[in-house]
Amino acid sequence: MQTKRQYEVVFIVDPTADEEVSRLTEGFTQIVTDQGGTITKAETMGKRQLAYEINHHKDGTFVLMEIEGSGREIAELERRMRVNDRILRYLTVRVDEDRRRAEKLKDRRARKAAKRPSHQGQGSGPARRSAMMEFAEPRGE
Amino acid sequence: MSTNYEDRPRGGGYDSDDDGDRRPMGGRGGGRRMHRRRVCRFCIDKVDLIDFKDVRLLQNYLPERGKILPRRISGNCATHQRMLAEAIKRARNIALLPYTTD
Repeated sequence: MQTKRQYEVVFIVDPTADEEVSRLTEGFTQIVTDQGGTITKAETMGKRQLAYEINHHKDGTFVLMEIEGSGREIAELERRMRVNDRILRYLTVRVDEDRRRAEKLKDRRARKAAKRPSHQGQGSGPARRSAMMEFAEPRGE
Repeated sequence: MSTNYEDRPRGGGYDSDDDGDRRPMGGRGGGRRMHRRRVCRFCIDKVDLIDFKDVRLLQNYLPERGKILPRRISGNCATHQRMLAEAIKRARNIALLPYTTD
C-alpha cells in the first residue's frame, strides 16, 4: 500500500468572525475524516497582522492543521475553503517528502560523525612552535 | 531601481565582519575575491528544513524592500538558499511576509 502523505494546511479566517474559528475547524476536521484522512495536529496560531491587505482586511486569525491521508481529502478541503468567504486565504504544503529528506540528511551527518570521531586541528600546533623556537634561539645567544 | 545591498546596515542572519569591505579602486580580478568568505548560517546550525511559518528567521533575509537577499550577500549555500527562497515565497502567499514594501 502506498504510504500516507502528510500535509500542512494553514488558513486565515476573517477576524470579525472570530467565534466561527472553532466551528470551521471542526467542520474541516469532519470533512477530512469523512474522506479517510486523519488530523495529526490542529492549532490556532492566533490573530496576526497581515503583511498586506486581503479583501480589505488588515489582520486575520491563522489556523494550522496537519493532515495525513491520500490527498483526496485535501482536494475536498480546498474546495470548501475556496467557496467560504470567511476564509481569506489558505495554503497547503506537502511536507512528508521534505521531512524524509531532512531525516536522511541527519542520518548521513550522524554516520559521517561516527566514521571520523577526532578531527581536531593538528598540524598547525607543532609547526608553529618550531617557528617560534627558531625565532627564540638567535635572540637567546 | 538599484538596491545597493553592500551599504545597507546589516541585521542578523549573516555575518557582518568589517574586513570584507571592497577596496575603493577595486579593479578586475586580483584580491577582490580573497576576502569575505562568508559561510552558510544554515550549514553551521545544521538546518535540514526551513519552515515557512518561522517569520522571525525569514525576516533576516528580507531587506527593507522586501526582496529575497541574494546568496552572494548572505553567503548561503545553494541548497539552503533554495530552501529559504521556497519558504519565503510560501510565507508571502499567506500574508506572513510582504511581496513588496514601500
